[in-house]
Amino acid sequence: MSAATPPSLPLRFEPPIGPASGPFWEATRRSQLVLPWCVDCGRPFFYPREVCPMCFGSAIEWRPATGNGVVYSSSIEHRPPPVGFSMGKPFVLALVELEEGVRLMTNVVGCPPEDVEVGMEVSVTWEALSDGRQLPLFEPAPGGSAR
Amino acid sequence: MAGLRGAAAIVGVADEVSPTGELDTTGHALEAAVIGQALEDAGLTLADVDGICHTASSMDMAEYLGIHPTFTDSTMTGGSSFEVHAEHAAAAIAAGLCEVVVSVYAATPRSDRRLGRSGRRGPVDNSNPLFEWELPFGVRLPMAPYAMAATRHMAEFGTTSEQLAQIAVSTRAWAGLNPRARYREPITVDDVLASRPECSPLHLLDCCLVTDGAGAFVMTTAERARSLAKPPVYVLGAGTCHDHSIISQMPDLTTTPGVISGARAMAMAGITPGDVDLLMGYDSFTITALLHLEDLGFCAKGEGGPFVEDGKTGPGGSLPMNTNGGGLSYTHPGMYGMFLIVEAVKQLRGEADARQLESPEIAVAHGSGIVLSCMSTLVLGTEATL
Repeated sequence: MSAATPPSLPLRFEPPIGPASGPFWEATRRSQLVLPWCVDCGRPFFYPREVCPMCFGSAIEWRPATGNGVVYSSSIEHRPPPVGFSMGKPFVLALVELEEGVRLMTNVVGCPPEDVEVGMEVSVTWEALSDGRQLPLFEPAPGGSAR
Repeated sequence: MAGLRGAAAIVGVADEVSPTGELDTTGHALEAAVIGQALEDAGLTLADVDGICHTASSMDMAEYLGIHPTFTDSTMTGGSSFEVHAEHAAAAIAAGLCEVVVSVYAATPRSDRRLGRSGRRGPVDNSNPLFEWELPFGVRLPMAPYAMAATRHMAEFGTTSEQLAQIAVSTRAWAGLNPRARYREPITVDDVLASRPECSPLHLLDCCLVTDGAGAFVMTTAERARSLAKPPVYVLGAGTCHDHSIISQMPDLTTTPGVISGARAMAMAGITPGDVDLLMGYDSFTITALLHLEDLGFCAKGEGGPFVEDGKTGPGGSLPMNTNGGGLSYTHPGMYGMFLIVEAVKQLRGEADARQLESPEIAVAHGSGIVLSCMSTLVLGTEATL
């Protein structure tokens, strides 16, 4: 995991901090990916909520995730805006399924866009945001291979 | 589930589109114009209307019109809103809450863009998960979520870009028979594949249009319908289901909640997919229509690609789909579900001119809203189907 150099201008639309996601974003400052788990049913869920979307339980605890997962689906954005984080270059949008079983939207970086495939093993990497938080992106897992 | 079968009927429809993609009027004026046309089609007047449906504010719409409805519905589920309105209207009519309901839609994104009327995106809402968990990654809406559904379908089932392209080709062939369609020249699979890549694997010609457009329908009791100007088109069944709002929450990108809405609507109507003479299946993108074919049971899950390959959804095919030319070639102002209903009614009445099917009795209007999020299925039939 490596943190990018903070840019002088914001390169992305930076995420707001939702009412239930403070611990998620705080952990990103330490390059740590954490997930909310429902104490009642013992399962992780995503995105963070005040109640569990599987059992309506309201006792939530935060646990570290391994940061490993596989690409569930992806798309190459061929017409990115001329400004913004991609600087006009095609980029990969992906849904990644973490080992813990939750799925999240992200970008796959660190390889040519056309190399990204469904089932590809990926690991988290971090991109700095302007306020010290970091955004979880994913890159091909070291030694990983397509399923 | 006998439910609503035959309790209410659509008695008036109208839509406003233009081959240029632009209309001269906008906003409530355009809505009022198309309401007037739909009421005239039905042989009713505004004084008969006691129920109103509108995706932004049924209250604002009623105030503009100067009516005092006893049934009001501002449901907004994106492109499927109008199938949901029809479902709610039929239920309200069956329950006696009201007798004559109008649903209306107008949007002019194409002329708004040219004339600088487009609004900016609203302020960042930190309680909206779209802003926090999707937009920071550059999700292009609405295209990217559908592209990801296509990628997943291809990976799981071997669906090809050529098969998706055939949907655009067959739909364009229908548009060729409709002088009001935006694009009418025939296209080939190669044309689709050669059109510029947008969000892979979708090309420009896999994507719906951006046009101005407006439409309205009028629904009343089956009893009153029989005394009006046009042959009634009965609501035989209706069903709705949503299983997510943003794409990262969709349980399975290859299976939409249309599985549930479709099964409920067809059970209520007492039909199977084999009984359907016309499918108006919301085609925001080629992949959208392919998922409908599978989820409504016209073919098995994963077999949509081979199913469409022979052009059976085009003119002369065994399953006519989107005979007006669809969102891909007729019009797509943003929430296209109204036009599914208008075309289904015209076909069932025998008013579809050069594209008219031979004596269709049962049509399905299947709306898809937001990003494959809310599906709403309406089964419509002629007098003979009661």
